[in-house]
Amino acid sequence: MKARIHVYLKPGVLDPQGVAVATSLNHLGFDEVTAARQGKLIELDLDGADADAAQARVKEMCDKLLANPVIESYDIELSA
Amino acid sequence: MKTAVIVFPGSNCDRDAAVALERVTGRPAAMIWHGDSALPEGLDLVMVPGGFSYGDYLRSGAVSARSPIMQDLVRRAGEGLPVLGVCNGFQVLTEAGLLDGALMRNAGLRFICEKAPLRVETADTRFTRAYGDRKDVTIPIAHHDGNFFADDETLDRLEGEGQVAFRYAANPNGSARDIAGITNAAGNVLGMMPHPERAVDPALGGTDGLGVFESLLGGRS
Repeated sequence: MKARIHVYLKPGVLDPQGVAVATSLNHLGFDEVTAARQGKLIELDLDGADADAAQARVKEMCDKLLANPVIESYDIELSA
Repeated sequence: MKTAVIVFPGSNCDRDAAVALERVTGRPAAMIWHGDSALPEGLDLVMVPGGFSYGDYLRSGAVSARSPIMQDLVRRAGEGLPVLGVCNGFQVLTEAGLLDGALMRNAGLRFICEKAPLRVETADTRFTRAYGDRKDVTIPIAHHDGNFFADDETLDRLEGEGQVAFRYAANPNGSARDIAGITNAAGNVLGMMPHPERAVDPALGGTDGLGVFESLLGGRS
C-alpha cells in the first residue's frame, strides 16, 4: 500500500516562498497567477492491506512528525 | 555549576556554547550526543545549540526534537531543569513542544547573518535578570528560519504572561510582534534566535550575550 501525504501551510500563515513563486511567475508573463502556496508531498510505502488501519497509523505519523500542527495541515491519500 | 550541551548531527554552535558556558562557570560543559538516552544528573543548565541538525530535513528542528535524548530533556524540563535553546535549538524546543509557536522561513527568504539590536523585554526571568535595568543589547543572529509564528491568542498569552524575553529593535525576519525569544509558562525554558554564546568576548564583537549566562549561572567566575 502507498500513502501520499500532502502537507501544506494553514490558511492565514504567511508563505514567503509561495509569494516569491507567484511573483516570479508574474515576471514570466503569467499574469493570471494571483497567489501561490507551497507545500510538501511525502510518499510512503507501507506493509499491510487494511486501509482503515493504515489511515489511522499515517494520521498518527502526521501528528507526531510529518506535520507541525502549529502551522501546517495535511491530507492523506491511500492507494493499493 | 554543572552544564551540558546537546550535540546533534549538524549542530555547529555546540563548541561556541561550551566555550561560553565554561567561561561563565569555570567548568567544562558535558557534551551529550543526541543518541544518548539520559542526561547526567545534577545539571544546572542544558543548552540546545544552533546549527542545522539533521540538515533541517522536513522542518528545522523536526527530526532532532524526536531524538532519544530529547525524550529525557522534555521530561527533565517538566521537572524544572533550566533549558536554553539558541537558533536551531529554539526551533528544536518548539518542535518538541516545550515552547509555543514555530520558526518559519525568513520573510525576506534570505539567510541573515548580522548583529541584531534587541530589547530585553523583561528582566524578570531567570534568563534575563542579570540585565537589570539595561534594555538595549546587541547580539548576533545567523538564520534562515527565524520568522516566529504563533496564532494571535498564543501571542496575546505570551505577552500577557511576560513570556516574551527579547524583541528585535528592527525586525529582520518577519517575526510576529518582533519576538526574538520566549520562555515557557514555568519560566525554566528559553528559546531565542539570537546567539548569546557568540557575544561573550570583547575580542569577538561584544559581550552583550553574557547576561543570559550570568542570569542563569551567577556571576563570572
